[in-house]
Amino acid sequence: MPLLRKDLLGLEGAGADEINLVLDTAASMKEVLGRKIKKVPALRGKTVVNLFYEPSTRTRTSFELSAKYLSADSVNIAASTSSTVKGESLKDTAATLTALGADLVVLRHPMAGAPHMLAGHIKAAVINAGDGAHEHPTQSLLDMYTVREKKGGIKGLEVAIVGDVLHSRVARSNIWGFTAMGARVRLCGPTTMMPAEIEKTGAHVYSRMEEALDGADVVIMLRIQLERQQQGLFPGIREYAGLFGLNEKRLKLAAPKALVMHPGPINRGVEIAHEVADGIQSVINEQVTNGVAVRMALLYLLMGGGPGEVAN
Amino acid sequence: MRLLIKGGTVVDPVRGTLEDADILVEKGFIIEVGPGIEAPGAEVIETRGKLVAPGLLDMHVHLREPGYEAKETVETGCRAAARGGFTALACMPNTSPVTDNRSVVRYILERARETGQSRVYPVGAITRGSMGSELAEMADMKEAGAVAFSDDGRPVAGSGLMRRAMQYASMLGVTIISHCEDPGLAAGGVMNEGFTSTRLGLKGIPSAAEEVMVARDIILAELTCCRLHIAHVSTQGSARLVREAKSRGVPVTAEVTPHHFTLTDSMVEGFSTAAKVNPPLRGEADVAALREAIADGTIDVIATDHAPHTAEEKDVEYDRAPFGMVGLETAVGLVWTELVDKGIISPARAVAMMTVNPAQILGLKPVLIEPGAVADLTVIDPELKEKVNPASFLSKGRNTPFAGRELKGMPVLTMVGGKVVYRR
Amino acid sequence: MHGFKQKAVILDTEGIRRALTRIAHEIIERNRGIDKLALIGIRSRGVPLAARLAGKILQIEGKEVPVGTLDITLYRDDLSTLSTQPLVRKTEVPFPVEGKTIVLVDDVMYTGRTIRAALDAVIDLGRPKLIQLAVLVDRGHRELPIRADYVGKNVPTSKKEDVAVLLEEIDGEEKVIITEEDKHY
Repeated sequence: MPLLRKDLLGLEGAGADEINLVLDTAASMKEVLGRKIKKVPALRGKTVVNLFYEPSTRTRTSFELSAKYLSADSVNIAASTSSTVKGESLKDTAATLTALGADLVVLRHPMAGAPHMLAGHIKAAVINAGDGAHEHPTQSLLDMYTVREKKGGIKGLEVAIVGDVLHSRVARSNIWGFTAMGARVRLCGPTTMMPAEIEKTGAHVYSRMEEALDGADVVIMLRIQLERQQQGLFPGIREYAGLFGLNEKRLKLAAPKALVMHPGPINRGVEIAHEVADGIQSVINEQVTNGVAVRMALLYLLMGGGPGEVAN
Repeated sequence: MRLLIKGGTVVDPVRGTLEDADILVEKGFIIEVGPGIEAPGAEVIETRGKLVAPGLLDMHVHLREPGYEAKETVETGCRAAARGGFTALACMPNTSPVTDNRSVVRYILERARETGQSRVYPVGAITRGSMGSELAEMADMKEAGAVAFSDDGRPVAGSGLMRRAMQYASMLGVTIISHCEDPGLAAGGVMNEGFTSTRLGLKGIPSAAEEVMVARDIILAELTCCRLHIAHVSTQGSARLVREAKSRGVPVTAEVTPHHFTLTDSMVEGFSTAAKVNPPLRGEADVAALREAIADGTIDVIATDHAPHTAEEKDVEYDRAPFGMVGLETAVGLVWTELVDKGIISPARAVAMMTVNPAQILGLKPVLIEPGAVADLTVIDPELKEKVNPASFLSKGRNTPFAGRELKGMPVLTMVGGKVVYRR
Repeated sequence: MHGFKQKAVILDTEGIRRALTRIAHEIIERNRGIDKLALIGIRSRGVPLAARLAGKILQIEGKEVPVGTLDITLYRDDLSTLSTQPLVRKTEVPFPVEGKTIVLVDDVMYTGRTIRAALDAVIDLGRPKLIQLAVLVDRGHRELPIRADYVGKNVPTSKKEDVAVLLEEIDGEEKVIITEEDKHY
């Protein structure tokens, strides 16, 4: 089944078939990554623009390498929203990118919905590389890839997501993605960081870490932004780590061989203890490798379209 | 030159009656009202099957002039009002400069007189620059023609200052129109807080942000005996607070906008900036509660909060887009389609909510259809169906979430001082 | 929508078996044994054919030759002209190709573009000593200067015709047929 969309803006509404297509394609891409010559000619002559309005070495590098391994040309544009206030609007940027001949734009933006807006103004495919607190679909796809690879499947698994769900685009994409794949999602974090009516997604909400971890097959820890303390969302790091930090003792409550994941970058000793981050159950580094395979798959799937491309 | 408005059904919002009658107009005044008027030589306006109402008044409009003429001017705003069936409007003071002194009030009145399309009643600012720190010269502005006072667009955050403002306004016998929004609770919010905001990852504005301030202002109105009007009520809780306050005799009135009694926050789906408005579109329970409050008389007024913006300003990332939507040219259609046609209120009460009720709040002489009255009239065709087409708007603003929606019951003729200013 | 009607059976079960047996012998003979020999089947139908050839070589020589699978999708030269992307499946070559004699195996040879892509794909895996090509059917109409080393059967065709290889492992039946577009379908 082909990916019948022009863009990848989010995972809300995505079906298991579509997700599986991406993950299967990513598995083929991972084989390419294992070769001595990690490069195939599939996207020769295609241009990928990485348009980043937020600094993110990790995601940007992952996309950049993905494009290179597929022989596409890639350009990085580091923009800032503050300069666009007086400078170019996103709409004008879209026109510029079209004029430059971009085939696909990877957009990271601090405002939710910016990729939707860009996609409406541009012929090129758009991949959402994280928009505000909305979605981060490629992170979720690589999380699902990692889980599928390690666990042999996703259906029926108990997936716990712990931390600042309110501000987390990773949490939102993972709720949609894992739920579509037949997993049960549990959310845990301070009530001040749990978004309104989140239980309507079908996820189960816990405020005690011990309950959320009990028997979980996958534990996804979210990064806590330290500035949330100033916003009055939690009283301090020490108390946060005490209530919601993942340590070895707590990890024992999860299912045996439960996977520990984190979208990075990690606040060691805050949301996750050293020994857990570096422990045998941690697949944090595999996530990074799989991120390249998943992004290669997405570039390949979204950039085929000739004139007969199917609009989203 | 005499005009005979013939064959229509005249709406009396005071007595709540509908009566078939002709209206004879001469030199800008109504000279006769009654069945079967014969007026040889008069120009005849045929209104069979239509409702003839006293000219409608929209008490919550942003004309944007002076300062934001790219969004709207007094002239374009008045033309939009005429097309929407309004013969009069009150305009909010968040212009640039802010309408916080006599000269801006005078300027707006002068511009309105030049345009001559509708009667314009400026609302003055409560505080200088609407900055919420010092009182503006309300008495002076009142004398210059301001009809009420409001810092609309932003709340008067300080409770102490709001108390003084109300005391001062009560001395002048004018109404304070309150934009109820607790800045701490609303901070940074861009839509209603609920499942949609959670899904879209947009910062929510909880209902409590409005309700806390509605409660505060009701308490202050009780303390100061000031006439308080709550602008754009959007939540179930606010409606309940107003209902309760009225039952205790607190001098409070309230308005609801057509968008708040029609739409929910699901309109923001797809990050639609046309649906970005403050207070935000709320949930289904709120819409139902507002309709109930309109039906039981808790809500006194339908007003549009007409807030035009340019296409460029709205065609940006959702977070960056300004709040507000235009409303003048869709209001009557929405009132008829959503309230009258659905039996929530009678045609006479709908007219009352856009004529005598707001006039009373603003201390204006109500426009009536009776001999000797000024000929300000709105003719509504309750059967006329029309799809909302922003391209046909006379407002400069096209920012409406109603584009493409079919409305039933449209204004077809607007007359100000005996002059037809709009004919559909 | 048009259907395809079967015009002629070129090879039946026996014919396919005999052709593969002959190719196996030729491979051994041409390479003077099977030292450093490896077979790589091109997805889809080259894969079972390569496995069968390996089986025959084992029967004749008493020794196993390594067998791999090649997916050439990422090397196609028509990706940007297709409206949707073809499925990418895994390439599985579980042995080093350096210094080996690689026999690429495919079912039908036509324009030569698949083989061109396969050559690139193999070379990206390493540097073989020699690459040879075995196909079950060569139907002509080459668009590139490419020629097969081992051919089961040469079948002159017109461009309107199509050659379909059906194999037990994939299709549940075993034959090679010529079909033609049926406009009355």
